[in-house]
Amino acid sequence: MELMRFTTAGSVDDGKSTLVGRLLYDSKSIFQDQLDAVERASRAMGGEGLNLALFTDGLRAEREQGITIDVAYRYFATPRRKFIIADTPGHLQFTRNMATGASTADLAILLVDVRHGVQEQTRRHAFVASLLRIPHLVLCVNKMDLVGWSQEAFLRVREQFEEFSERLEVSDVTYVPISALLGDNVVDPSSRMPWYNGRPVLQHLEEVHIASDRNRVDFRLPVQLVIDDVEGGTPWIAGTIASGGIRVGEEVCALPSGEVARVRSLSVGGRLVTEAQVPLSVSLQLDRDAGVSRGSVIARTGNRPECGTGIDATVCWMARERLQAGRELLLHQGAVRTRCTVERVRYRIDIDTLHRDDVVGVLELNDIGRVSLRASETLAFDSYRRNRTTGSFVLVDERTGETAGAGMIR
Amino acid sequence: MSPGVHFLDQLEAEAIHILREAAVQLQPAAVLFSGGKDSITLVHLARKAFWPGPIPFPLLHIDTGHNFQEALDFRDALAARTGTELIVRRVQDTIDQGKVKEESGPYASRNVLQTVTLLDAIAELGLRAAIGGGRRDEEKARAKERVFSLRTDTGKWNPHDQRPELWHLYNGFLRSGEHARVFPLSNWTELDIWSYILREQIEVPSIYFSHRRRCIRRSDGTLLAWSPYVRPGEGDRVEELDARCRTVGDMTCTGMVESRASDVQEVVRETAATRLAERSSRADDKRSDTAMEDRKREGYF
Repeated sequence: MELMRFTTAGSVDDGKSTLVGRLLYDSKSIFQDQLDAVERASRAMGGEGLNLALFTDGLRAEREQGITIDVAYRYFATPRRKFIIADTPGHLQFTRNMATGASTADLAILLVDVRHGVQEQTRRHAFVASLLRIPHLVLCVNKMDLVGWSQEAFLRVREQFEEFSERLEVSDVTYVPISALLGDNVVDPSSRMPWYNGRPVLQHLEEVHIASDRNRVDFRLPVQLVIDDVEGGTPWIAGTIASGGIRVGEEVCALPSGEVARVRSLSVGGRLVTEAQVPLSVSLQLDRDAGVSRGSVIARTGNRPECGTGIDATVCWMARERLQAGRELLLHQGAVRTRCTVERVRYRIDIDTLHRDDVVGVLELNDIGRVSLRASETLAFDSYRRNRTTGSFVLVDERTGETAGAGMIR
Repeated sequence: MSPGVHFLDQLEAEAIHILREAAVQLQPAAVLFSGGKDSITLVHLARKAFWPGPIPFPLLHIDTGHNFQEALDFRDALAARTGTELIVRRVQDTIDQGKVKEESGPYASRNVLQTVTLLDAIAELGLRAAIGGGRRDEEKARAKERVFSLRTDTGKWNPHDQRPELWHLYNGFLRSGEHARVFPLSNWTELDIWSYILREQIEVPSIYFSHRRRCIRRSDGTLLAWSPYVRPGEGDRVEELDARCRTVGDMTCTGMVESRASDVQEVVRETAATRLAERSSRADDKRSDTAMEDRKREGYF
C-alpha cells in the first residue's frame, strides 16, 4: 500500500477544515469518542449540527477564535492508500505555513467558494503550489448547495481558474464541484449534480498516479553521517536516497571531491541488499576510502549533480527582518550546513499579478523572489525542477536560529 | 506501472533519517524511554539507523514510581540486550526535594509531576535533545507539533511560534539554554506501529496482550489496573476481567481495555477495527479538552 501526502489550502471560510473533517468522518477515520467530543464542543459553540472544522482545529486559541493557526497533520487510510494531510491555514503567516505543508506534498487541494469565484488567495495558493512543484492540483469548487447545484456556476469558476493557471507550471489540474458541508462529491458521488461525470474527491485521491512523480533516474545520496565498520573495513556511508536507485557493484563518485569508487555492500537498516531506491534510508560501503564525510553527495560517475558556490534560487522569505544584498545566513541543503552571503535580490514576484518587480531589491516577510547567493563551501545540487530534495534549501538566521527562508534552486 | 514503496518502508526511512539528523546536529541527546510500544519501536529504529555501530544515545526513563512491573523488567532487559546505557530519574526524588507536591485523593496522579523531573534531567545531563516516541495522531495538540520541536530555556513549548519545517531539512540550531524534542514517529499512527511490530517481530511487554487482571472501573467508564497507587473513588467498581493495555505509562492514568487479543496479529486486527481513540483510555487527557496542549506548553513529553 502506498503513502500519499496532500495539502489543503483556501481562503478564510472556504470550508477547508470542513472538507478535511468530512473526509475523515465519511471515510470512518474518526473515532467515536473524538466524534462525541466534537459534538459537545459544537453545541457549546452554539452552532447547529456538527462543526466538522473542530476535527482539525486543535489548539485552544484556534477553537476560541474559530481559526486555524498552524499546519495540522491528520492521518487516515482507506483500503487502497494511506494518507497524510497537511491542513494549512489560509490567512495568518500564509506563505510560511503553506510552504511547510506543501514542501513534501504529492497533491494540493485548493478550495474555492463557488459564490465568490477565484480570489486573490486562490491565486496565491495556486502560485505557491506550482512554485513548490506539487505534481497534482485539485480545485474543489465548494458550497455548490448555495447556488442550487448549478453547472453554470461551476464552469464559471473553472474557466476563471484555467485562465490564471495557464501562466503557472502545473501539469495536472482536476476540478470537482462539492459541498463539504453536506458531503456531496467528497467521499460519495453526488446525486444532486448528475451533470458531473468525474470522480469524487476521495476516489481521486485514491487513484491519482503518484509513483512516477519521483525522480527515479538520477541517483543521489546526500551523506548524513559516516559509521565505522566494526570489522575494520571501509566505513559505512549513511543517508537517505534523494532520487534514483543504486546496485551493488556500480561505480559512483563522491562530490564535490569527485573521487571514484565502487559500491561494495549496501544495507537497509542492517539488512544487506543488492539494490535500493528512493526514498529509502541506506548505508553503503565503498571498495575504497573515498574521503566521504557529512555533506558529501554520492552519485553515478556518468550522472552528477552540479557543483559550485553560486546559487540562483527562488526564495520564500519568512522572517520579519527583510532580506537584502550583503546579508549573511546559514544555508541548509541536503546534509550541508554552511554560511552564505546574499549577493543580490534580482526581483520580487507580485504573487497576485505574477509581475516581476526588479526595482526594490529586498524581500519582506512572506515575499517570494529570485535571489543570488554565494555559499562559503562548494555545494552539490540539482535544479529544484528536476529534484525536490537536492534542489531545495532553507536559510537560517544565525542570531536567532529561526528558519528564515526556503529556497528552490533554478 | 512503476513499483510503489510500501508505506511502512517509507515511514521507517523517514524515522531513520530523523534519528541520524538528531545524532549529528543535537548531541548530547537521549531517547525518552517508557517501556511502551512507541519507545520500543524507536529503539528498534535507532539500531537500524546506526548499524553496524551502537546506538549513540542513552535511554532516559522518567520513573513515576507507579509503573507496571512488566514494563520495568522489559526496560532493563532491552537496555542490556542492546548494550545501551539506561539512565533513570525518579519523580519520588523530585517530590523529596520539595520541588513538586504530590496530588491527593482517589484521582491523584504523578503524571503532571513528571514534567519537572524530566526538565531537571535534561538540565543535569546537559541534553540538547530528548528524542521521544510521540506521534501526531495521538492528540490534537501533537498534530501541530514539528519533528524538531524547540523548547525555551525554561522548557516551554510555544505552539504559536514554531519554526517552519520544510522538505526533510530539520533545523537543530539552538540558543543557549534551549533544547529540542525530536519526534521520529511523528507521521506514524497507532495501527502503523502495530503493523510494524508485527512485520519486524519486535518484542513488547506482555501487558499489551490480553490477560486476567483485577481492574477498577471508574464511574466515567475508564478502566484502570488495580494497584497500590490507585484507590477506588465513590461509584467505582472493582472487577476481574480479560484486559490489556493500549498505552503504557503511569498506572494511575493508563487505562486498560477489555480485550481478548492475545498476540500481535490479533492486536493489529483489534486496532484496525476499534472505534475508540488510543488515548481515550487515558485519564490524564480527560482532565480538560486542551489538557495535552496545556501540559506540553509546560514541557511535558
